[in-house]
Amino acid sequence: MIIATNVNKSFGKLPVLKNISVNCNEGECIALIGPNGSGKTTFIKCLLGMVVPDSGFITFAGKNIIHDWEYRSHIGYMPQIGRYPDNMTIAQVLDMMKDIRKQRNVDETLIHALGLSDILKKRMRTLSGGTRQKVSASLAFLFNPDVLILDEPTAGLDPVSSEILKEKIITEKKNGKLILITSHILSELDDLVTEVMYLQEGQLKFHKSIDVLRKDTGEEKLTRAIAQVMQG
Amino acid sequence: MLDILRSKIIIGYTLFLLLVSLSVFNLEDNASKGLASLLNILLIIVPLISIIFSTIYIYNSAEFIELLVSQPLKRSTLWMSEFIGLSSAMSFAYFIGAGIPILLYQPDAVGLTMIGTGILLSIIFVSIALLASVKTRDKAKGIGVAILLWFYFSIIFDGIVLFILFQFQDYPMEKPMLIFTALNPIDLSRILILLKMDISALMGYTGAVFKDFFGTVTGTVIALSTLLLWVAAPCWLSVRSFVKKDL
Repeated sequence: MIIATNVNKSFGKLPVLKNISVNCNEGECIALIGPNGSGKTTFIKCLLGMVVPDSGFITFAGKNIIHDWEYRSHIGYMPQIGRYPDNMTIAQVLDMMKDIRKQRNVDETLIHALGLSDILKKRMRTLSGGTRQKVSASLAFLFNPDVLILDEPTAGLDPVSSEILKEKIITEKKNGKLILITSHILSELDDLVTEVMYLQEGQLKFHKSIDVLRKDTGEEKLTRAIAQVMQG
Repeated sequence: MLDILRSKIIIGYTLFLLLVSLSVFNLEDNASKGLASLLNILLIIVPLISIIFSTIYIYNSAEFIELLVSQPLKRSTLWMSEFIGLSSAMSFAYFIGAGIPILLYQPDAVGLTMIGTGILLSIIFVSIALLASVKTRDKAKGIGVAILLWFYFSIIFDGIVLFILFQFQDYPMEKPMLIFTALNPIDLSRILILLKMDISALMGYTGAVFKDFFGTVTGTVIALSTLLLWVAAPCWLSVRSFVKKDL
């Protein structure tokens, strides 16, 4: 589905991504992990066309994404920090997005599940960080996209909501969607992911399925498996 | 972009313009004298508010713009809709705040020129603000650049022109002066309005040259197209660099 080949990117003199090549397919749920500043968010932004790689190319469903924008209608993106125009209500933001996508069949289950349907009239300015995060999550899932890119989805969410979000991710995974998640809370990822990509200082250290990783390290829990990789 | 119109700053700006225009017209016994005083106030305030508000607005919606970029939208469409939203909000505020009092007290050619150039000035400075904010990443720096640009166009530019005039006073400077004027949208608007007021005689020989040039239809057309160029050029440059920008 998404194939990145030799992607390089540097900001000024600082190299952020070094020769990244990955292959992501439908039905996979990939955890993108790595220390702070290892290039996870930059890589995601490359996939979304927000950052243009210096060299290398990325294809989406067989088409190069450079100078293309229509492929993004197949992606739902949840940013790390969601900030919305202060004076708009939640309903207005949702309507605006529907207007942009021009898509009829929307999936509003998350809006109801996260309890946003009762506060649709509230202005964005008055919302707490966690509620904004809920809006971001609902927006990412709203259009039933083939690919979901979630940047720290559960950061700032209360336990109940993050459980609802995880349930939703699992359902979508079963529907055969490609899901990319970055997170620092590894214990959360345990029952979600099928593959692990580990980035360090802009280099892709490994990209393995979770079963292989468990076998290689002899650890059942993702947290300990990664800890072992980082030490060794 | 209903969001911008509902912003408290825009409402405040509209009310402020309304207050200033009404009080100036009521202070002077003669409406055209009032218009002259209003002109000086507006030429300072309109560019200042336009450029600062737009810059701050763009920086504050940086994350939302990022989210919109991740949607199936062309970047140039997105940026142009930001431009249209901001400039229509600023023009609307100007029209309500200053345009309606002018229409009430001085509904003639001078008043109409003033409304037209005021709206153009608002849009020009929105366009310059977009260019400044797309070029600088840091918020504080970007706002600083915007204030400096305003300062340059309102004050420093005139200083430079005066300096050049004194240095070259032995030479005929009327033609170069025309070109200098075109380099600053604020001066250009001021001259357009002053000429319509028929007080160009007060500006001496240079005023006569201006009258000769801008008084004709061709001159007015050229002046207007220069103003439009001031809208289009920064806007086009900002679209070009936004399309390539890493967010």
